[in-house]
Amino acid sequence: MAAAILGLVGLLVSLYLWLWKVGALGALACGDGGCETVQLSPYAYVWGIPVALLGIVGYLAILVVALAGLQPRFAAARWPTDLLLVLAAGGVAFSAWLTYLEAAVIHAWCRWCIGSAGIIVAIFGAVLAGRLRWPAVSR
Amino acid sequence: MAGQMKLFYGALAAIAVVGAGLIFLARARGAERAAPQAVTAAAEAAFEGHVMGSDSAPVTVVEYADFECPACAQFAVLTAPDIKQRLIATGQVRWVFRDFPLEGHQNSLPAHHAGQCAGEQGRFFEMHDQLYFNHGRWVLERRPERRFRDFAAAIGLDLRRYDDCMSSGRYLPRLERAKQDAAAAGIGSTPTFDIGNQRVTGALLYDDFKRYVDRAAAGAAAQ
Repeated sequence: MAAAILGLVGLLVSLYLWLWKVGALGALACGDGGCETVQLSPYAYVWGIPVALLGIVGYLAILVVALAGLQPRFAAARWPTDLLLVLAAGGVAFSAWLTYLEAAVIHAWCRWCIGSAGIIVAIFGAVLAGRLRWPAVSR
Repeated sequence: MAGQMKLFYGALAAIAVVGAGLIFLARARGAERAAPQAVTAAAEAAFEGHVMGSDSAPVTVVEYADFECPACAQFAVLTAPDIKQRLIATGQVRWVFRDFPLEGHQNSLPAHHAGQCAGEQGRFFEMHDQLYFNHGRWVLERRPERRFRDFAAAIGLDLRRYDDCMSSGRYLPRLERAKQDAAAAGIGSTPTFDIGNQRVTGALLYDDFKRYVDRAAAGAAAQ
């Protein structure tokens, strides 16, 4: 449940940043201009795809898998938790790289990006805690 | 358990509604603030670049340039003032500047965005000159936006409108499309000039540039 709620919040944050990126929003609510610096840097794209759009896809995947895992027919299945763990671990690694770029290369902080990094770490923590509660029996 | 799930789905729906509402509000506020300078789809479709000179000039030169590119700066500082004075001001050349912010240039995109925001107030080429003539002052800056704002003040822009434009990022789609259009036109380096139907690259000196213009003018006159 925590993963689904956090995934939805992350999805909304990514959607907000992506809408700004495509020019559909006014000013970013950011404060010191760090968000614009980060969003206008070349690192706001990976293989030509806006990072915010990758965030939308990633968080949407987490939300869908988390909701699927809550369905009664998957109550005993381990795969949703394992898949969530993989998705969240990928997200944590990606966020860590982006945070490193903000700190060491761009020298500017985007509060929304930091917020998103916090969300993905929280998702990873919640899923890992859930995974560790599984009894050590192979199914 | 069923009650707990109901509560969960209720919370999820509430977050979705509140989040979507906040984004909608941000969008409405942005549209309201940007309304006087809204970039309409029709204006965007008709946008061919930043134009200088007479529409009836016999030769049109299209320049594809990147504000961070050193060769473009060299051309802007050494050659462009002569071209402006001797070819554009005299009605021989119509100049079209097309943005081509190159990948990998850290400060290029914000510089081009600052150019669009100056263009919104009718001062694109003034910002263009500030960016090129002060190249060394911002290319390696970690936060070039502050420097661009100084340039905006120096050329007399309304800073409130400029700040609003910069923070809105409303010209990012235009710049993205300009990059794609330049790539589709086969532009591989900057600066590149289409002088009539001749394509030349590099920071040409005035005399060489003039020869291409004369050739294009002769071709136009022969038609």
